[in-house]
Amino acid sequence: MSNQSVISVENLGKVYRINHQAERQRYVALRDVIAEKFQGLFRSRRPQLDKFSSAEDFWALKDVSFDVKQGEVTGIIGRNGAGKSTLLKILSRITEPTEGRVRIKGRVASLLEVGTGFHPELTGRENTYLNGAILGMSRAEIRKKFDEIVAFAGIEQFLDTPVKRYSSGMYVRLAFAVAAHLEPEILIVDEVLAVGDVEFQKKCMGKMQDVSTKEGRTVLFVSHNMSAISRLCSSAIILNKGNKAYDGTTNQGIQKYLAQFSEISQPATWIDIASCPRQGGRTNVYFHSAAYLGPSGESHSLPVSGKELLFKLRISSDIKRSVSSLSVMIYSPSFQKLLNADSLLLAQAVLLEKGLNEVHVKIHQLHLKPGRYPIGLWLANPTEIFELIESAFEIEVINEDNRQTPEIPNDGVMACDFNIYQPILT
Amino acid sequence: MRQLARILLFSMSIQPDMPPAEAGAEFDLILEAGRAEKNYWHDLWRYRELFIILALRDISVRYKQTVIGIAWALIQPFLTMVIMTIIFNKVAGLHSVGSAPYAIMVFAAMLPWMFFSSALSSTSQSMVGNANLISKVYFPRLIIPASAVVTSFADFLISFLILIGLMIWYQVVPSWHILTLPLFIGIAFLAALGPGLLITALNVKYRDFRYIIPFIIQFGTYASPVGFSSSVIREKFGEKIFILYSLNPMVGVIDGFRWAILGDNSPIYLPGFVLSLVIVGLFLVIGISYFRKTEKSFVDII
Repeated sequence: MSNQSVISVENLGKVYRINHQAERQRYVALRDVIAEKFQGLFRSRRPQLDKFSSAEDFWALKDVSFDVKQGEVTGIIGRNGAGKSTLLKILSRITEPTEGRVRIKGRVASLLEVGTGFHPELTGRENTYLNGAILGMSRAEIRKKFDEIVAFAGIEQFLDTPVKRYSSGMYVRLAFAVAAHLEPEILIVDEVLAVGDVEFQKKCMGKMQDVSTKEGRTVLFVSHNMSAISRLCSSAIILNKGNKAYDGTTNQGIQKYLAQFSEISQPATWIDIASCPRQGGRTNVYFHSAAYLGPSGESHSLPVSGKELLFKLRISSDIKRSVSSLSVMIYSPSFQKLLNADSLLLAQAVLLEKGLNEVHVKIHQLHLKPGRYPIGLWLANPTEIFELIESAFEIEVINEDNRQTPEIPNDGVMACDFNIYQPILT
Repeated sequence: MRQLARILLFSMSIQPDMPPAEAGAEFDLILEAGRAEKNYWHDLWRYRELFIILALRDISVRYKQTVIGIAWALIQPFLTMVIMTIIFNKVAGLHSVGSAPYAIMVFAAMLPWMFFSSALSSTSQSMVGNANLISKVYFPRLIIPASAVVTSFADFLISFLILIGLMIWYQVVPSWHILTLPLFIGIAFLAALGPGLLITALNVKYRDFRYIIPFIIQFGTYASPVGFSSSVIREKFGEKIFILYSLNPMVGVIDGFRWAILGDNSPIYLPGFVLSLVIVGLFLVIGISYFRKTEKSFVDII
């Protein structure tokens, strides 16, 4: 039973026709069609070369095949425009494929957006029923779970208030709560976790984990959030320009995906990260560039196991502001967060002036064994996340005597100062 | 109004109807180019709850947003009826059918006509207005324009209050014909749905199509026998022309309403009525088939 494929995708392809002529406007106007037909009367003799050159086929997906087994949680990763959304749209029947086919077994619910169909004029209660129906729940089902949904969202007092008066946090919480109580056999989720405050995100992640592990549902999960993917998913599929680039275990998939972006950057030089892919896009406050420096006094400037490591961060801000949480995170190659040097831990706010600011984060002792580590950057206030870059650049940590020892197997993550001796027993 | 809608909902006694996938069964959903057809009507039935909830949403939003709410659904047809009675009866000197008061005759026609015109304009906007919804969730798209028609239907039911008021005022007692009214309401519903679907699909494809709709409505108000009796046309232009006139499906619908409400005062001219019915059916078939042909590409162009 558990080895059964519940989603089977064969040679899936979807083509979009891009009309260069009509780029200015998103839709066809009847007047243009009539005008074109009319003009056509007079130039019908001429070969219609221009017509062919103006339209171009764009394959958003091409020849994609994979199988998802019952109870599996599969992450779909890829850059923007890799075809993730198109794939989800086909799987959730919003658009139909141009070629190939998909076979699905079981009830599918797709969550491509939080709060689809919410109407600002309606109350929380009415929107819960509306949204539930849109997501495919029956009235009886919603009625049964209504209290649970409201409790999860924590909006008991505001049930009969129109949602237009809700704060954006409440709005998102209610929307996610409805979605989280769906009980489909197959759940398709698109990046909806990138919303709400940190506390609520944690709650959502927990709920997602329950759905997949305890309740044994099949989940397809698209996200840019690698740590969410690595925590939730048992397998991963990488899409690249509409093609499947990888299909296998999550850890390998993430490594492969991240390797596309980050190379080991040279120490003691400014690394441009203004154009790095980041969650939620770039806001008014962003990491502009960064540099890292190993222990002073060394000519190579590489980070050394057990020694100090300095990160220099340049942050661009549109106004003068104070930020409570700035952190540098070091990940393992399989994307476990190893350490998080957060200003919050020091109860220290970072004051940013308008324009470019430089902030230094110094790690006094780097307890990491030699190897390559992706570096993540984070910038937030309690209510607002400005920046979350999961893989800004990669560093290479070496041993003190600059001796790489790959021959000696060492599967620990941390480095520590240790010696081994045999006490003389009396 | 919401109370009314709830009662309506309960009286339909909805049962959840989502069949669970049977263990060991083969794949129960296959997605392929051109394949979406097969379970269409079954899907439509399965999504009937969504249809009802969307219709309720539209209705409750409609009456919440306007300051005067339901009153608007009463004032508008009432004033239109007054002006039409003055112009066609008092100024143009046209006569009513039989002994029926002119105001009631006009209002009996305005009920289906206003329903038709508001259904036409609200369906045409429905798809574009719900673009967000259709690009994020699957459901049979037919639900959207259909629920827009239902919203107009709510206005239609409210305006019945005016008719009752008028009948009390003029002390008109309806004959047994009134019992057939639900049948004609059904025909009016279908008459609005057919062109509504056609216009919805056209409006998604050609976004400037909506500019034509106010014109169609305004033109139709005078081309249909709203302010005058259809017998005026028959007397002045003869039967042959009247058959041609009945190609306008609203002629049959309006005559049906008048026959049901005014009784023998307003006899139905059967050949014309049948022709109108055929046209209603034809529009429905064209509307549904064109809508279904284009609905698959809605999300790609909206």
